[in-house]
Amino acid sequence: MAKKVKSSFINMVLTLMIITVVASLALGSVYNLTLEPIAAAKKAARERAIKFVLPEFDSLISFKVEIPDDPNLSDQGNGNQDSLVFYQALNGTETVGLAVQTFSNQGYDPTQIQIMVGFLPSGVIDSTVVTQQKETPGLGTKMTREKFNGQFAGIDLTTFNMSVTKDGGDVDAITASTISSRAVCDALNRAYRTFNAYKKEGGSE
Amino acid sequence: MNQWTNFTKGFVKDNPVFVLLLGLCPTLAVTSSAINGLGMGLATTFVLVCSNIVVTMIKSYIPDKVRIPSFIVIIASFVTIVELVMQAYVPALFATLGIFIPLIVVNCLVLGRAEGFASKQSLLSSLVDGLGMGFGFTFALTLLGAVREMLGNGSIFDVKFTTGDAILIFILQPGAFIVLGYLIALINKLRTSS
Repeated sequence: MAKKVKSSFINMVLTLMIITVVASLALGSVYNLTLEPIAAAKKAARERAIKFVLPEFDSLISFKVEIPDDPNLSDQGNGNQDSLVFYQALNGTETVGLAVQTFSNQGYDPTQIQIMVGFLPSGVIDSTVVTQQKETPGLGTKMTREKFNGQFAGIDLTTFNMSVTKDGGDVDAITASTISSRAVCDALNRAYRTFNAYKKEGGSE
Repeated sequence: MNQWTNFTKGFVKDNPVFVLLLGLCPTLAVTSSAINGLGMGLATTFVLVCSNIVVTMIKSYIPDKVRIPSFIVIIASFVTIVELVMQAYVPALFATLGIFIPLIVVNCLVLGRAEGFASKQSLLSSLVDGLGMGFGFTFALTLLGAVREMLGNGSIFDVKFTTGDAILIFILQPGAFIVLGYLIALINKLRTSS
């Protein structure tokens, strides 16, 4: 084994500097290389979610809609976000539905819960899919399962009470994870109120 | 040193989780299912092998007093690379492991091998050690995850074998401690009797 370099001040400074410079160069180049695939993977995941929640379509327009001031909506959950992203799905020139990327900060884990909701032009929910969550494994994570999510398909929110049965609503909560279930309701309510506000403003149909 | 014993020691004799008790933080946190354990184990193996190789190559140029910060920078760089590459090419796995990938940096297994083995041994030994320890770690995490998933969710590698609910506590944090304790006892029994 070669003789160790002495721990003199200049040696230590030089070594650390060389190591950090090489490390940052390596990281910078990997970041650049993966930038595009990461963006593509995110876009693909988003499109898969939109395709899942809406009927067949051939083009998408995305735009932002401000979350309305609604007394039924707890605004403390909004965080710094004041708008939701809408994806208008078109088949030719006809609108087949609107996908809304909604969220809730009321989950059990500080990570934001994100849900893609598909609204048919009539305002009925076509289906929903959870795109991001970090709830308790085996409990809150069941929100991604068909058994829980399936109950939102085809409901009309004008007659459906979007809160868990414990709170007097129509949603069957996941066993032992009322907090996560409430968060999903919170997210869906946010999507619905925003969707309504958008329609009232005369959003194109 | 015989490279084969060097490689196999990571599985039973010096298993990082069951015997050395290194890197328990990610061990307890991510093993709620077998597939999570496997993914985390393989990511750690990659970092372990890469950092062992680099550390052993530059060991004689690093002054003793700054070796720990140097190792940490090297390890952290590899972890970030793993994170970016996973995010780009296996987004599904990244979504499940997500926040635990950066935790590999503070996994004392990686630093422990860099400091305790790679900084003293030859290139080949360090490479073999990294592979052995990494696979031993992967084996331990997958085993732990499989047991917890079976008891807590009634499934193995996401394949359900029971209907209805299982013993939920095994998927939660206390279950990690309970299962790990029993597995360590079992491995110790096997080691002493052989």
